[in-house]
Amino acid sequence: MSEVIVITSGKGGVGKTTTTANIGTYLSMKGFKTALVDTDIGLRNLDVVMGLENRIVYDLVDVVEGQCRLKQALIKDKRFDGLYLLPAAQTRDKTAVNPEQMRAITDELRQDFDYILIDCPAGIEQGFKNAIAGADKALVVTTPEVSAVRDADRIIGLLEASDVRDHMLIINRIKMDMVKRGDMMNIDDIMDILAIDLLGVIPDDENIVISTNKGEPIVVDEKSLAGQAYRNLTQRLIGEDVPLINLDINYGILDKLKNLFKISSSR
Amino acid sequence: MDLFKSFGGKSNSKNVAKERLQLLLVHDRADVSPKLLELMKEEIMNVISNYVEIDEDGLNVEITKEKKRDDTLVPALHANIPIKKMKRNVR
Repeated sequence: MSEVIVITSGKGGVGKTTTTANIGTYLSMKGFKTALVDTDIGLRNLDVVMGLENRIVYDLVDVVEGQCRLKQALIKDKRFDGLYLLPAAQTRDKTAVNPEQMRAITDELRQDFDYILIDCPAGIEQGFKNAIAGADKALVVTTPEVSAVRDADRIIGLLEASDVRDHMLIINRIKMDMVKRGDMMNIDDIMDILAIDLLGVIPDDENIVISTNKGEPIVVDEKSLAGQAYRNLTQRLIGEDVPLINLDINYGILDKLKNLFKISSSR
Repeated sequence: MDLFKSFGGKSNSKNVAKERLQLLLVHDRADVSPKLLELMKEEIMNVISNYVEIDEDGLNVEITKEKKRDDTLVPALHANIPIKKMKRNVR
């Protein structure tokens, strides 16, 4: 049984592409045959994040228009067994593909792959509709900011209204020092607001920038916290029981005292 | 009231963020456009003015949030309609 999972957010720049690259890479490391599909036509980036930008010959639009077969457009990632990328076209726009065509592509990919991850463009227009067309499940990525959470709420509403009823949340770029200071919404704050289950939390990590610079997904980095968080999240995605990563929540005595006061004074 | 705020030099902007978001989402989820609200306001006014004389300038209709008993927020239609005087001769 294969599964098509769309990674979406509404707002741009919250980490959809990075999340797609890392979950996909780790799925292949776990032995699953995985296809990454970039649907951000005109603004493709998944190829760059994966470090595969120099190997593109054909793209998604070429497949849709019959210029090549699907298998010809799939780029095999030589570093990870069973990992393939279907890049977006860079010189076209979102109207070059429609939802029916996307569904046909995902259906064809289902025959060969265990997991098909769709990297959705920002926005709620045609690109979004294309991306969710063939999906069984959606992962909604947000950051702990008002604008990103608001857009995530809108996306959850649109997913509910479409056929993608199975969706989970990923909170990206959480900064524990700011959370402790009370200057960033914590996991509970966001979960209070959004009507969705939590798949995982990714800490803000400078190593993400470094790994993107190199075109190597951080999930292969044994030492980085974000890499560990992506590994845990992916394990939960495939049904393994992994607790949420401990994001350095070692409160000192002062913090505990403060929390005590906060609770008593708000009553 | 945060006891430590004063000498800890700590802000608590996340509460501001959360409150803003909650109100924002009440509006977003209710999906009420200003045009729709205006229409609603007019119709409410028409009905009510059959019975009472209302102060049209002081009329205020808006979507707000309201806390239920379990502390969850729900959208509420809030209408503040100042009455000038009752119309006694309506039947």
